[in-house]
Amino acid sequence: MTVNMIYFAWVREAIGLDGETVNPPATITTITGLIDWLAATSAPHAAAFADRKRLRAAIDQRFAPLDASIAGAREIAIFPPVTGG
Amino acid sequence: MIDVRVQSDAFDPGAELERLEALRVGAVASFTGLVRADGGLIAMTLEHYPAMTQTALYDIAADAARRWPLAGLVVIHRHGRLVPGERIVFVAAASRHRAAALEACAYLIDWLKTDAPFWKREEWQDGSSKWVDAKAEDDAAKTRWQ
Repeated sequence: MTVNMIYFAWVREAIGLDGETVNPPATITTITGLIDWLAATSAPHAAAFADRKRLRAAIDQRFAPLDASIAGAREIAIFPPVTGG
Repeated sequence: MIDVRVQSDAFDPGAELERLEALRVGAVASFTGLVRADGGLIAMTLEHYPAMTQTALYDIAADAARRWPLAGLVVIHRHGRLVPGERIVFVAAASRHRAAALEACAYLIDWLKTDAPFWKREEWQDGSSKWVDAKAEDDAAKTRWQ
């Protein structure tokens, strides 16, 4: 499965990338699983994803809980809680 | 009429209110959010998720339009670097009834705080810079509408 990752705010800064295309194995089925898998790929990913309570996500431009299924997802965004308004 | 805009440019609240007044219903209410002139704050930069922001804001506006009998609704949210005193966000609603117009504005701004994909970064006079943390009271404010 190929999925486009997008990062915002301090998650983007910690990883050092706006986004990346990744190919997680089929055993990865949720956003949490994807985060665990990405955290193992590099120290910056591990640092960005260290505190799961401070992470939020969207699948294909819709907010999604971290336990949401990533089946069929094309774009997954990981970011801190929003601070607009 | 639902008008949702995400833009870096400044906007004119007076012009937006006139557009709603032209609908000729009895009540127009609005809320404007500005960058606070807190001691030492030089600027605030708003990052957003361009592919998602317009839709997210439209969904919030459409929810408000379902909850209250509104003749018109305007939501404007800026992104980019803004200095103290600059306008960040504007919501306005026109209705035949003042309660509907006022409540719709409160609802819109409460939901924009928690459900619009924006992130603020502050620059301070001492050279430091930090991402603004989300506030628990913003999540709490939203629950009054549930």
